[in-house]
Amino acid sequence: MSERALPPVTQLGMTSLALIVAGGIYLAAYLPRQVPLFPAEMLLGASVLVLAVNLLALSRVKTFAWACFFEVAKWALLAYVVLAALIEFALVRDGLSGGTLVILTLSIAVYAVHVPILIAFTVARYQ
Amino acid sequence: MTDAAARIPEADPRAGSPVAMPRPDFEVVPRVGIPVVAAIFAALVVAIVANKLWPLVFLHVVFGAAWTILDLFLGFILGPIMRRLSVPARIELTTRLMPRLLLIMPTVVTVTLAAGWQLGTLMGTVNSSYFLHGWVVASYIVVGCLAIIALGLIAPANVAVLMELKKPRPNPAVIQTLMKRFMFSAGFTGALQVAILVIMTRIRSG
Repeated sequence: MSERALPPVTQLGMTSLALIVAGGIYLAAYLPRQVPLFPAEMLLGASVLVLAVNLLALSRVKTFAWACFFEVAKWALLAYVVLAALIEFALVRDGLSGGTLVILTLSIAVYAVHVPILIAFTVARYQ
Repeated sequence: MTDAAARIPEADPRAGSPVAMPRPDFEVVPRVGIPVVAAIFAALVVAIVANKLWPLVFLHVVFGAAWTILDLFLGFILGPIMRRLSVPARIELTTRLMPRLLLIMPTVVTVTLAAGWQLGTLMGTVNSSYFLHGWVVASYIVVGCLAIIALGLIAPANVAVLMELKKPRPNPAVIQTLMKRFMFSAGFTGALQVAILVIMTRIRSG
């Protein structure tokens, strides 16, 4: 099994997902009332920051099965973009608009990018 | 197939050494299942657009029940059984079960959540004025935890174990590590599904 020192991609990925889930729960819990968007914006911002840190840390790894990583990431991204589009469709169909829709759309985008990274990383680390 | 599996050697005692393992041929993503998944997603879109009670209840209850039962079965029934199986039997089961789960799990989760949200909007149960709103928020939290574990641990382990088994010389130690992660995570999500059962039956009882 691989003993290479790798960045904590899975842990950071799960933290990023937890932050957008928390933001989504915060917004959903107050519907249909308008609530201050600031907490949700902060959670989304932190999630995007963790995603950026994760990508940066991963990009600095010298010996890694990059070909395998991109091959898996490509197909996983396709699958999760379809799932993300379905969730987005349900939100738009419900008449969500304005700042709430923007935050939830960006959260779904983070989900659609980060999950394929986690899948591709887990596969590539054992190559 | 069974004969081939019977010839699979026990895991190499030098953990980490790839070994040649005869195993059933399989597709990581079963292509035959993709049209079925596409049809289910099309039905979901139609149900959301129609916004009628019965299709939304049907999709939410049927797929939600499937999600709960699968998590409980994998975590509490199949997980302990798999730990006691011989390596050849475990590989045989893994190559048949995991590709199907790769299509089934994201489908049941997406349909349950999307139909459930639309149903909640239609019935007004997602509104903060709903008298059992605290229970509904509790369900968001439990589902959020389920989603994080499923997306961060279970799905990556599922794909990685199948990719490892596709290699000419799979590494038994890698498969063992990933399967352990998969089954422990499934056990934890099984426990969370018990919480979902409590919450959903409480909401339904009013």
